[in-house]
Amino acid sequence: MAGQTDSQLVARCRVGDDAAWAELVERFGRYVYAIVVQGFRLREHDAEDVFQDVFARAYVSLPSLRDDAAVRPWLAQLTRRCCIDRLRRERREEPVEELADTAGEDELARLDEAFAVREALAALGEPCAGLLDRFFCRDESYHTIAEALDLPLGTIASRVSRCLAKLRTSFEGRSPASTASGETVTR
Amino acid sequence: MTGYDEERLAELLRALPPPPAAWVQAAQELPRARREVGGIVARAEADAAYRAAVLADLEGALADAGLEPNPPAVEELRRRLSP
Repeated sequence: MAGQTDSQLVARCRVGDDAAWAELVERFGRYVYAIVVQGFRLREHDAEDVFQDVFARAYVSLPSLRDDAAVRPWLAQLTRRCCIDRLRRERREEPVEELADTAGEDELARLDEAFAVREALAALGEPCAGLLDRFFCRDESYHTIAEALDLPLGTIASRVSRCLAKLRTSFEGRSPASTASGETVTR
Repeated sequence: MTGYDEERLAELLRALPPPPAAWVQAAQELPRARREVGGIVARAEADAAYRAAVLADLEGALADAGLEPNPPAVEELRRRLSP
């Protein structure tokens, strides 16, 4: 399953491959979550409902997706609609236009950029991918990371620094087209 | 793709924290959940008493089937049982 393009993953989901669906949720879960909690700033309970609703709708509608490679922007649009529906139900007095603006284009562009960095991170492989994920995304301490990865505590900071430099080299060497098409290979 | 210093990359990495594991798991189990809901609906169509019991406690019926009774699942079951 590792190393599949978005198109390949969607094709497998379409024929009822449960493992592919689980991989799709794993691949895009952070992105959907970020739109919900950072883009639209939904409260925890609402965010959970919307997160589940997005994937429930995606599961049903995936067969009608026209361009398998465009699954990420399609999910982004679906997530935005689910968030706006939720906000509309809660804030009936506010104009729809204001709700649509709740998550600005700049914020969504930033999340797209973050997703591209994440793809580059996955392509780095271990140990850097896990190390940087633990430190930056999961906010784990040096101590926790050292224990989890069975590494000397005193080496974590330098390893994070080296891996970040490696990520920079890798990310800057990527083709911009691969990010735009969604056809990058992740994990 | 230039102009990404390490501070900027770190900031972008921090922008995508993982969602709670339980959320991910529930979404990943969606295919199985839909099959289980299908089983509940099929049984309800054949057994009026069971159907009434399910309609009276949708969350309980889902939980009995080993499913997380989250709102989309409850709504799906309600929709499929509606006449």
